[in-house]
Amino acid sequence: MTKERITGAEALMRSLEHHGVTTLFGYPGGSIMPVFDALYDHTKQLNHILVRHEQAATHAAEGYARVSGKVGVCLVTSGPGATNTVTGIADAMIDSTPIIVIAGQVGTSLLGSDAFQEVDLVGVTQPISKWSYQIRRAEDVPMAVAKAFYIARSGRPGPVVLDFAKNAQVETFDYEPVDIDYIRSYVPVPDTDETALDEAARLINAAQRPFALIGQGVELGNAREELLAFLEKADIPCGATLMGLSDIPSDHCLNKGMLGMHGNLAPNVKTNECDVLIAIGMRFDDRVTGNLKTYARQAKIIHLDIDPAEINKNVQVDVPVLGDCKWTLRELTARIQPAQHTGWIDSFKPYEEQEYTYVIEPEVFPTEGPIKMGEVARAVSEATNHQAILVTDVGQNQMLSARYFKYQQKRSIVTSGGLGTMGFGLPAAVGATFGAPERQVCAIMGDGGLQMSIQELGTIMEQHAPVKIILLNNNYLGNVRQWQAMFFNRRYSFTPMLNPDYMKIAEAYGIPSQVVERREELAGAIENMLSTDGPFLLEVAVIEEGNVLPMTPPGGTVNEMLLEC
Amino acid sequence: MEKTLYTLIVYSENIAGLLNQVTAVFTRRQINIESLNVSASSIQGIHKYTITAWTDEETIVKVVKQIEKKIEVIQAHYFTDNEIFYHEIALYKLSTPKLECDTYISKVIRRYGASIVEVNPVYSIVKKTGMSDEITALNSELQSLGCVLQFVRSGRVAITKSCVERVNEYLAERAEKYRHTK
Repeated sequence: MTKERITGAEALMRSLEHHGVTTLFGYPGGSIMPVFDALYDHTKQLNHILVRHEQAATHAAEGYARVSGKVGVCLVTSGPGATNTVTGIADAMIDSTPIIVIAGQVGTSLLGSDAFQEVDLVGVTQPISKWSYQIRRAEDVPMAVAKAFYIARSGRPGPVVLDFAKNAQVETFDYEPVDIDYIRSYVPVPDTDETALDEAARLINAAQRPFALIGQGVELGNAREELLAFLEKADIPCGATLMGLSDIPSDHCLNKGMLGMHGNLAPNVKTNECDVLIAIGMRFDDRVTGNLKTYARQAKIIHLDIDPAEINKNVQVDVPVLGDCKWTLRELTARIQPAQHTGWIDSFKPYEEQEYTYVIEPEVFPTEGPIKMGEVARAVSEATNHQAILVTDVGQNQMLSARYFKYQQKRSIVTSGGLGTMGFGLPAAVGATFGAPERQVCAIMGDGGLQMSIQELGTIMEQHAPVKIILLNNNYLGNVRQWQAMFFNRRYSFTPMLNPDYMKIAEAYGIPSQVVERREELAGAIENMLSTDGPFLLEVAVIEEGNVLPMTPPGGTVNEMLLEC
Repeated sequence: MEKTLYTLIVYSENIAGLLNQVTAVFTRRQINIESLNVSASSIQGIHKYTITAWTDEETIVKVVKQIEKKIEVIQAHYFTDNEIFYHEIALYKLSTPKLECDTYISKVIRRYGASIVEVNPVYSIVKKTGMSDEITALNSELQSLGCVLQFVRSGRVAITKSCVERVNEYLAERAEKYRHTK
């Protein structure tokens, strides 16, 4: 390989290309100008999407990463550009999403002097990123970028921050590409203990009422086939976390639905009745477990995870199985006996029927009254033949669309699970259209969340990004309103919201749109949306005081769900 | 839950900002650090942190795992006092006139195995190495004699009772395993 003398900024471009980057989400500014100048000559290889706010760049990178499995990359300036990415970095950290944020920084001679647009980005992002590094010399660029990609995508994925000092962008050095697959202080995939596999298999083979909890780890580990082989061999029913909903097709006979606070009744009830609980790539979040003191106390618990720090973090487990679940599931499947658990699986049915009667039917198939949110989500899912990617915002729109959308393909749900970031949906959907250009992207959001990132309609306009925006407008910050109704004596403190005319906004951005106020118009409008080329804003006037049910109240016991409120 | 004084020994790459990352794990869980010592280890390029904190075993296990998760941390382990040898050092600045007129003070210093390392007409400096409680006890005795001008103590330095630095073996194993996969 011949060396060539180039600037740090040019080296960044070549390093990004070397690591397979094709798409960037960014916003220029003073301290990153040399990089944007270099980018000017690389636009054939690197498609830069100009967002309208740096936070949106991070969420778009997350959406891109979630649907493609690749690393999402953002490019922003120092100071406010950099601090605007903080929410997205924290979001990617808690949801294990591989993104790299490259931010400009003042020159090293100015560091620490409160220079214009200087912020200690490494200091700010260390606690919320997987790795945060300051590039102070041009010659460090190839190594830093190689490490960033290796760290972001390996093991439990996560966000990486590269803080790129301006002098390092303009200085020159002899460039050579660098690849990394080893860092001595970093163990991405821990060793699997064979005796743990044996012990887990022994418990599963002896189980009468086994139940599996599946999380995003299955998706991240690309282990759907291994998961299905495992569940099917021993006839083990499962529930999925919000982040793991598209681990397994919705209509698979062993898929018993969503876990957690607003999950399905049967899997939550059965969590507290099973004799062996097998958690796969999930982290026992409090929104899944409710009160830990009453959570699955009767069960032997097996926990498959790639991150040793997740073991016994929230729930004490009997058998931890560390490793990559694509491998550990295969090993476990080889060790277990075929089994039938027909009686146990049948015991889910009464709860499914109860939930259907009290919750699902009135939410999804109402015949009168205002349009329901779940009804819209299911109609959109049906109209896409359950092949679309669902992107949600946060709140009632998120819970109801997650519940009533159906998933066939892998990587079909993009949502802010751990951080619960309002404003995530619209930019994440933009990213998803670039990460999976061959798929339909449906972004369901509320009037609150849309307005938190409404400037991204500009990005959608400019890119003609085919985001199908389904706006569930109830004129409230609905989820908080629901909690105010349930726990704060219906004191609606700052949850009613005056909305703008979204049709006029869409028109201003040149985005085709339609508003639906009556049930009879819904199906036709969805058809119109899906058959329109490019983006579309479908506003649906939904029930104002709709509730998400069932519900395990915060801190409540997992099997004591409210079916009404 | 019963609280114990745990000693954490952390090995890391020598990188600016890592101390922040290590202490942040304690901060997030609202655990006070009793003492902290950072220095070069016996292996070139690798830093050693010795941290003590009062907490329970369940918590310290989680803290150790979360510290070990940091990319540049090589290893982290926790120990109870009977699993390690440890020492602290303390310096006591005493008034020289008082030291000269009260011979009992010198007796106390000798009884504790401390040594006088500096004497001038104004003050004398006494050095004591040993366990935390001895250092505290000497301080209280000297304080009660009214001769202490200043008192300072170090954090703990600790060494495990195993005969080699485990981190050496660990790094060799890692490198070997990596070569094996190539």
